[in-house]
Amino acid sequence: MKQFISFVKKEFHHILRDKRTLFILLGMPVVQILIFGFALTNEVKNSKIAVLDPSRDLSSISLTGQLDASRYFDIQEELHSYKDIGQAFREGKIKLAVVFPQNFERDLLHFNKAQVQLIADASDPNVATTLTNYATAVIMDFQNRITRNRKLPYTIDTEIRMLYNPQLKGAYTFVPGVMALVLMLVCTMMTAITVVREKENGTMEVMLVSPVKPLKIVMAKAVPYLLLSMVNIASILLLSVFVLDVPLRGSLALLAFGSILFTLTCLALGLLISSATSSQQTAMFISLIGLFLPTMMLSGFMFPIENMPLPLQVVSNLVPAKWYYRIAGAVMIKGLGFGAIWKEVLILSGMMVFLLVLSIKKFKIRLA
Amino acid sequence: MSSDVIISANNLTKIFGDFRAVDGISFEVHPGEIFGFLGANGAGKTTAMRMLCGLSMPSSGSATVAGFDVYKEPEKIKRSIGYMSQKFSLYEDLTIRENIRFYAGIYGKSDAFIKEKTAALLEQLHLRSEANKLVRSLPLGWKQKLAFSVAIFHEPRIVFLDEPTGGVDPVTRREFWNMIYAAAGAGITVFVTTHYMDEAEYCSRVSIMVDGKIEALDTPAGLKQSLNAASMDEVFLKLARKAVRSGD
Amino acid sequence: MPAIHVENIVKRYGKKKEAVTALHGISLSVERGELFGIIGPDGAGKTSLFRILTTLLIPEEGSATVNDLDVVKDYKAIRQQVGYMPGKFSLYQDLTVAENLEFFATIFNTSIEEHYDLIKDIYVQIEPFRDRRAGKLSGGMKQKLALCCALIHEPSVLFLDEPTTGVDAVSRKEFWEMLRGLRARSITILVSTPYMDEASLCDRVALIQNGKIMSIDTPQGIIGSFQKPLYAARTSRMLEMQRNLLQMPGVEECYLCGEYSHVVTQPAIRTEQLIHYLQQHGHDQIDVKPVEPNIEDCFMDLMKN
Repeated sequence: MKQFISFVKKEFHHILRDKRTLFILLGMPVVQILIFGFALTNEVKNSKIAVLDPSRDLSSISLTGQLDASRYFDIQEELHSYKDIGQAFREGKIKLAVVFPQNFERDLLHFNKAQVQLIADASDPNVATTLTNYATAVIMDFQNRITRNRKLPYTIDTEIRMLYNPQLKGAYTFVPGVMALVLMLVCTMMTAITVVREKENGTMEVMLVSPVKPLKIVMAKAVPYLLLSMVNIASILLLSVFVLDVPLRGSLALLAFGSILFTLTCLALGLLISSATSSQQTAMFISLIGLFLPTMMLSGFMFPIENMPLPLQVVSNLVPAKWYYRIAGAVMIKGLGFGAIWKEVLILSGMMVFLLVLSIKKFKIRLA
Repeated sequence: MSSDVIISANNLTKIFGDFRAVDGISFEVHPGEIFGFLGANGAGKTTAMRMLCGLSMPSSGSATVAGFDVYKEPEKIKRSIGYMSQKFSLYEDLTIRENIRFYAGIYGKSDAFIKEKTAALLEQLHLRSEANKLVRSLPLGWKQKLAFSVAIFHEPRIVFLDEPTGGVDPVTRREFWNMIYAAAGAGITVFVTTHYMDEAEYCSRVSIMVDGKIEALDTPAGLKQSLNAASMDEVFLKLARKAVRSGD
Repeated sequence: MPAIHVENIVKRYGKKKEAVTALHGISLSVERGELFGIIGPDGAGKTSLFRILTTLLIPEEGSATVNDLDVVKDYKAIRQQVGYMPGKFSLYQDLTVAENLEFFATIFNTSIEEHYDLIKDIYVQIEPFRDRRAGKLSGGMKQKLALCCALIHEPSVLFLDEPTTGVDAVSRKEFWEMLRGLRARSITILVSTPYMDEASLCDRVALIQNGKIMSIDTPQGIIGSFQKPLYAARTSRMLEMQRNLLQMPGVEECYLCGEYSHVVTQPAIRTEQLIHYLQQHGHDQIDVKPVEPNIEDCFMDLMKN
């Protein structure tokens, strides 16, 4: 045990004394979350919108005017039929369409109640949500103004339609995606690199000609990176919740459990890479190209898996990040419990055990 | 600069922070000399050599190499010198011919010159049948001999050799020194560092650096006489034992 | 029983077809408490031999034991008993001197205090730098620290692969003095070096070249086996002298050796004949005398066979 502790201590010395790498390791998740977060929730100004107003009465024109006056919107064109809407979206001319009913003012005055339909291009879900929220706010403002001196309030219902991506997939989903990426990077790449560094420096030679068991060397490498990963997960979650207003709906414990599971899988992968390589550069390239890219592409984080060709869908099952991404997504965004993710947990556990056993088996007790 | 001085250093100093790596060294090297530049690890040899090769700016003092100022004309210096070290010499994954071609190309030699001289060189080193083999496949001693030939291929006025014979077998080591003599005979000035004290005897003059300063500079015979020592080994030990500092 | 026994070890690298043979059937035996030197240039196979004996490589043919333990089968037991200092500086450069030492002590299940008397003489020399990172030490200091780390668990056999390569003459001398000190504590030491002059500091040496052992003996024994007459010659024009002597009938070799050239001749040649021959060729300041061969002379002589 003393051996092990001194090993872990040594690993921490390596990590803490390499200030630049440490800075990158801790700073990278923060930067990634902020880039993803703000790139996607960029404030929308003067977005081009279109109006379809078959009633053309005082109220509808007045509301249209208010929308146009708002700094968020810029009315690009007046449409003449419902069919034109799709056309305008497809041509990329507009981001939002406001559709009035046939008799807007009459509905409002006679029934105290009218409807406005907001149609948004949800292929960029964040922008779509933001725009509809702003439009709704403008409409509410209008409603309150015309209601002011009346006993019975006028109400304008907004009916929102999201085109192209009705479930708003991708809105918050980048957070679990970034978590998977960061864990992959920190654990897999860094473990691979630290083991290979010892080979390059010749220290591995001395370690091998000592009574230390390979398993201990391996485990001692894993501990600091496991901890580092937990710190990263925590910073990602804090940023997401407090800066980006991404909800954390499910159980934190369950999320932590899933994260540890995935971290161990990554560590095992890193060790496996390190047994197969002898230079730090090679280890880095294999980690980046062999793992980082598949994680980006095939985990479902950037591109929906169900839209992929079948062979890629099959391959994606081999990417551990896919399963972690599902677990994290389900727990964080959807607030689901263990019952909903047991299958993913089982698969990931299986992968972890397999890779860990394999990497320890493959760990070379001799040179070359 | 007088015509019989090819390297001259005057109070040459290099300071890193508060560490005087090279502490005001002054010396002159004459054309065709084999100048041994000795010193313990960390005495400042490498730093001094880098300044003379135009790779590193001195902190103070002055120096000229082949008539060019180390501050103002480092590029001209680089064109007039050859350099070879134990650590870096040739590209292992290029063939012998490709290595020669590459280095000669760097110095802008004409194709005719390269072709003619390559043939002569391969002949001289008995490498004609191996010319298209990768350098990697050569034994160390041959590599070092080839590296030296490549370093003087462009007919520089001075060649700097940084521990050229480390780890080489005794026979090859002597063949190597015969090549050095031949180069010196052809008028190339040789500036060499080594850890083999018997090699110090082969030099025309030897300087010994201790703690950033030149502690002694004379012919091997002169050094032995003035320090009352039987061999250069003894001379070196007597001087280098005085060293206070350690560092690399 | 010898501390190290090597029998017909063959080591090849690479695939079958283009395999390079590093060791061609090497055999040797090192007695307990001996300071045994493996002397040879780079590429002779020294490191391969060390790695086989420290259980890091498996030989293609032959067998070897350390403390009667087989280097392939009993690798775990051997790793408990030996100390190893590889050719390259192999400590953690970003750990301090003290941290390195403590770390190596714990991985060998011991403490600095337990065998302090063994490393004391060496450690006191680096102790002033105990809080300095190992990467910032000078070459000589690094070697001392590495030796301390290799000794920390009081190994019965110590393997030192080229501990003095690239180290200046002063540090080399100090390092050998430390080894002599350890020898007095009856630790078996196998040390390799490309510096022929260090052979005289060993109890016995093996001269190795191109993966073959050319000779195993005490330094005196090796020198004694040099049967031909050997002269040291010097004139004012050394290069020309060499060229002339190589053409003289009865002269076998003539090569540089410090301020003189060494001349190997057939038994019939005497000093006066050499002097006369050089005078005939117009040399002046002629100085010729018979000399004792050194290990390098022997090595070169053996290389020819």
